[in-house]
Amino acid sequence: MRRYSAFAIAREAARYHQGWERAWASPEPKRAYDVIIVGAGGHGLATAFYLGKNFGITNVAVIEKGWLGGGNTGRNTTIIRSNYLQDPSAAIYEKARSLYETMSQDLNYNVMFSPRGVLMLAQTEHEVRGYTRTAHANALQGVKTEFVGPERVKEIVPIINIDGPRYPVLGALWQARAGTARHDAVAWGYARACSDMGMDIIQKCEVTGVNTENGAVTGVETTRGTIGCKKLGVVVAGHSSVLAEMAGFRLPMESVALQALVSEPIKPCMDCVVMANTVHGYMSQSDKGEMVIGGGTDGYNNYTQRGSFHHIEETVRALVETFPMISRLKMLRQWGGIVDVTGDRSPIISKAPVEGMFFNCGWGTGGFKAIPGSGWGFAELMARGYSPLTAEFGLNRFREGRFIDESVAAGVAH
Amino acid sequence: MSTRLASGGRLIDRHTTRTFTFNGKRLSGHDGDTLASALLANGQTLMGRSFKYHRPRGVVASGAEEPNALMGIGEGGRFEPNQRATTTEIFDGLTAKTQNHWPSLDFDVGAVNAMVPRLLPAGFYYKTFMFPRPFWKHVFEPVIRKSAGLGAAPKDRDADRYEHFYAHVDLLVAGGGIAGLQAALRAGQAGLRVLLVEQTAHWGGRAPVDGVEIGGKPAEEWINDTLQALEGMENVCIRTRSMASGVYDHGYALVYERLTDHAPEMGGPRHRLWRVRAGQIITATGAIERPLSFAGNDIPGVMLASALRDYVVNWGISPGDRTVIVTNNDDAYRTALVLHEAGLAVPAIVDARPSATGDLPQAAREAGIRVLTGTGIAEVKGRKSVTGVVLCAQAGEGAATDEIACEAVAMSGGWSPVVHLWSHCGGKLIWDAERSHFRPDAARAPTGHDGKPFVITAGAASGAETAGDVLADAKTAAGAAADALGRSLPDLDAAGTNDPHEEPMAPVWIMPQGAGPAKRMKMWLDYQNDVKVSDVRLAAQEGYESVEHTKRYTTLGMATDQGKLSNINGLATLAGALNAEIPAVGTTTFRPPYTPISMGAIAGEARDATFQPLRRTPIHDYHEDQGAYMEPVGHWRRPYTYPKTGESHAESVHREVLATRNSLGLLDASTLGKILVKGPDAGKFLDMLYTNMMSTLKPGKCRYGLMCNENGFLMDDGVVARLDEDTFLVHTTSGGAEHTHAHMEDWLQCEWWDWKVHTVNITEQFAQIAVVGPNARKLLEKMGGDMDLSAEALPFMGWAEGRIGGFDARVFRISFSGELSYEIAIPASQGRAFWDAALEAGGTWDITPYGTEALHIMRAEKGFIMIGDETDGTVIPQDLGLNWAISKKKEDYMGKRAQARSHMTDPTRWKLVGLETTDGSTLPDGAYCIAAGTNANNQRNVQGRVTSTYHSPTLGRGIAMGLVLNGPDRMGDIVEFNKVDGGTVAAKIVDPVFFDKDGEKQNV
Repeated sequence: MRRYSAFAIAREAARYHQGWERAWASPEPKRAYDVIIVGAGGHGLATAFYLGKNFGITNVAVIEKGWLGGGNTGRNTTIIRSNYLQDPSAAIYEKARSLYETMSQDLNYNVMFSPRGVLMLAQTEHEVRGYTRTAHANALQGVKTEFVGPERVKEIVPIINIDGPRYPVLGALWQARAGTARHDAVAWGYARACSDMGMDIIQKCEVTGVNTENGAVTGVETTRGTIGCKKLGVVVAGHSSVLAEMAGFRLPMESVALQALVSEPIKPCMDCVVMANTVHGYMSQSDKGEMVIGGGTDGYNNYTQRGSFHHIEETVRALVETFPMISRLKMLRQWGGIVDVTGDRSPIISKAPVEGMFFNCGWGTGGFKAIPGSGWGFAELMARGYSPLTAEFGLNRFREGRFIDESVAAGVAH
Repeated sequence: MSTRLASGGRLIDRHTTRTFTFNGKRLSGHDGDTLASALLANGQTLMGRSFKYHRPRGVVASGAEEPNALMGIGEGGRFEPNQRATTTEIFDGLTAKTQNHWPSLDFDVGAVNAMVPRLLPAGFYYKTFMFPRPFWKHVFEPVIRKSAGLGAAPKDRDADRYEHFYAHVDLLVAGGGIAGLQAALRAGQAGLRVLLVEQTAHWGGRAPVDGVEIGGKPAEEWINDTLQALEGMENVCIRTRSMASGVYDHGYALVYERLTDHAPEMGGPRHRLWRVRAGQIITATGAIERPLSFAGNDIPGVMLASALRDYVVNWGISPGDRTVIVTNNDDAYRTALVLHEAGLAVPAIVDARPSATGDLPQAAREAGIRVLTGTGIAEVKGRKSVTGVVLCAQAGEGAATDEIACEAVAMSGGWSPVVHLWSHCGGKLIWDAERSHFRPDAARAPTGHDGKPFVITAGAASGAETAGDVLADAKTAAGAAADALGRSLPDLDAAGTNDPHEEPMAPVWIMPQGAGPAKRMKMWLDYQNDVKVSDVRLAAQEGYESVEHTKRYTTLGMATDQGKLSNINGLATLAGALNAEIPAVGTTTFRPPYTPISMGAIAGEARDATFQPLRRTPIHDYHEDQGAYMEPVGHWRRPYTYPKTGESHAESVHREVLATRNSLGLLDASTLGKILVKGPDAGKFLDMLYTNMMSTLKPGKCRYGLMCNENGFLMDDGVVARLDEDTFLVHTTSGGAEHTHAHMEDWLQCEWWDWKVHTVNITEQFAQIAVVGPNARKLLEKMGGDMDLSAEALPFMGWAEGRIGGFDARVFRISFSGELSYEIAIPASQGRAFWDAALEAGGTWDITPYGTEALHIMRAEKGFIMIGDETDGTVIPQDLGLNWAISKKKEDYMGKRAQARSHMTDPTRWKLVGLETTDGSTLPDGAYCIAAGTNANNQRNVQGRVTSTYHSPTLGRGIAMGLVLNGPDRMGDIVEFNKVDGGTVAAKIVDPVFFDKDGEKQNV
């Protein structure tokens, strides 16, 4: 792989950029691999990357129904934070956040991780108590956060209205090293690095069946033929239950539409991410200048990748109230993605009832921020059979009632 | 230089003068001018700077598709960035400022980017700015962010207001060109309720500009006749300046009406968002012309041929003395003829096709205009404005064959139907090879709840090209809509048109077809985002082959015009680079809105005080009048405390607690949820909802109950009173009323639909006032009435009905404070009067209203749990020592099975205890109880946490409740709690009931 650098750009400029190689190869599938990862989103690609990097497993195929990074990896609002309440969540999200810090250098691909900070507003006494609890938990989890007062909130994000007549800002949980990254670049950077390690990334290849023998996985049927494998990692978000059904079991998961929108681009006016859960909306400004806004999930299950407009209204209303200046900005584009939600809204990272088969799904509305940590832990689980990062996220927790519920303290799920 | 012609301009009123400022300069125009036409009339062709390279930009289009001429309009609370000059109508006092440049539009330092564009190809930022690591956040990103963005951020609060409308119609027609008018007319005649919307201020679309004749009359006459007919129909509503912005599931559509943007002095709301529910939707949204890709096609003065024609015909503009036309189709010849007619020079029509034999090229030749076939533009000359074009053979690599001096270039690469509304809700497209465009595939329309299509396209939006075809298609569309709605149309023939014969266009995706890399770097696809042919080819070369990858890697089509001009050209370029067919490459997804709509309009009236509904108890005004500090609880606001002058919140809470404990307190508990559950199966139903037995409760009695969800976790608690054999009154927490009611209905409607139970939320029908303290009974007795409130007649956990002080009252003998306490339900209309009467009568005992904080403290002193404090969605009743409230007799209740799971019965679950710091201080809220060592993820081990913590005025020290590992078995143990600063606090594990353990105060 030729390294990316300013020098490389200058060299290529001299010949009209005719010399750039493909970022990732586009091979035909081989007959078999040691490991197949189904799903070339961020989580799947990161898993492949750490299988190679941490465990030297490179006879790997990542197969993808559509185009890589085309699911929720390319549809989210790119927020990265680890100020979680429960220990297992804080561990995996903080691992992810710390890996984001060096991801551009690790992948030699600029994913533009920008640790500009995340503010989670407290607008009721209940939320104040909830975030105070999170701050105490974070202090013991090695996650740097602090609860700040309304004046400090205003200082960090001057365009905010802290004196709203309905929900004045009473404070916020502030994580200074949280931030945003360029979502597509995360998928592309991993794909390029995986391809460079000799892994095959196979797009437009849909899995149509899971082959097993004596209760153990032997490969997959795809629209491009049978592909054998010793281990199978399924990382397909909303379609996990479909794959589980192919392997003969059910997952405790539902799929719902989640929407987001952006404004037209404007000059920089907001240098952090703000999440307001009482009024329900969150916003940041992209490097292009668009205000990136995320809202709520639809109340019913579907697969359409679009949602009900009243959720957009709700979100925009909340943000016009929180940031009155956006009233005269215009919504440029709205879109939806399908999120896979479990009973406790925490992911499933687990061995499956079928030997050699593993699932990583259920990231719901908050998967992007976890990508590198999820890949790291899932690769360890697949390679070694155990990972401390994923141990609590097993499928059996639903049978045991051992939930990891993040919505508890201040009603913030992900 | 552009200027105003001496005559002409069908949309402007030359008798009027409107003055406006442009970058501080005073300019004038006429009524009917857009900002773009007025600027052109004033010779201002430079109108903006591009996003990435800060290239000089002129207007390229004449409508909603304009990517370049974006400006900041207005000032202060009326400033709005990124407004298209082409859709902004001028008015006296309008102020416009160009964007994205420093220090000025004419001289932009940022344009240095354009000097080295070769160093900044698509995606360059993914390949650099990585070292040293902190530089991204602190150096590179701030510079990139500052250089990116377009307009300035608004600073002031929006001075305007917005509103929502609702419309339920049989048929929504989007687009007021001749197709939309025709469709609306036919549907109107058939008696359908029709809403016809047009995004501009004018009806008729392109037909009048194109010289169309309908039924032997100029299009304009036909349009006026049609409008008159429509206006006369009561079942038809027509609106200009109203854009159909999105189509959603089940016939839902949004229409964005701009009411005062063109006339701020009118007052009233600025924008109106129509939420339309339509049986059928006809999209008569026309088509958009495509640019051609030749070197220098972004230099100010290069315009779409149709736009240039619009400026001449609609606004009487000369784009320059000499205009070269470059085309691959016959339609652009209309522009040449219009210019010729206006007395302007057309030095050449450069047609990439090998021959041009249609009626229009013939007419051009007859007018003496030079037509050069098989020819392309090798390069446009000029920097901030066009000075000429270099011609070449279209078939070649771009060697110059001729050079022509000119001030403007009118280009046409063919037309693309506007398919956005069709596609928003799943309508599919089909590639029309003959016309080289994607058009709606009628066989794969968006479908509604019944699986039947609900969107139909009409006119150019279907792919029709001539006026005759457009009208015929619109007639068919109206017929199809009527059919779908079960109506029939009168059979009338469409009026005839005078369409000239047009020869087919020839697809030209690059000009000349053999252009090399140097030329491809100067061919713009996306003007605003500076995406060139070379960028799309680079994306393909680097493996970003999916159209979505190409879009995201190059930013093609992601600008504020959302690729209205660039998408098809970009797709074709990608297909060319991949050696694939265009339909195989496919399109990106069309998402709402069609053009950007204001956030203000989306939010509507919901802002400030009306942001969300405010629920007021009957006593709300009293609290506000007293200056209570209010806290939001759901949509309610409840008094947290009533500070007196000079008192801090802590001091007033302290006072309220002591006054209540020692004498008499008064609490507005009206927000408490009240749900009536009635029917023969009501007892059975409540037995399933609550962990305890409710069916055995006797009328006249109350019982405290716990409600769990299916997972066994505690979700709500409260007192249930049995009113009669069939009727229970369920009290819920204030924040939990709606949720609990929905929970009940969920089970009744989905699972137990055959149970005879009816529920109704009567929370707001009653004021509920708690009279609390040792003197509570005395107060009620003093107020008088017909009730016996003695301990014998109304014991603890009983209720009775009667009159108190002239008020109808239902009195519940329950206590959340541990004091002698009566909760009195009064009809809401009498609530305030009762409150006032109690206050007056209570003067004897120094009656003290108290707020939620005193309420919380008193319940904590008594060790009563609070939903949301002791519970957080992961706590089961068994954790809280509430086993006594779990019936052992019942076969089942919600959560029973879940509570039997291994983790729920694990003896190491944290359990409720009381906590007292060793130094009497108050434990920090949310603190965790630390254990030795760390876990596998290097996190500190913990063994419990604080759930509630207060300074107790009654006991004069800090008290807390918490969940601790083996807590109830460790009474007297000292454990450590963490502080956020890293320190710890020691606390002793004690019984959670801190005060009056035997309940002597409440059982009197």
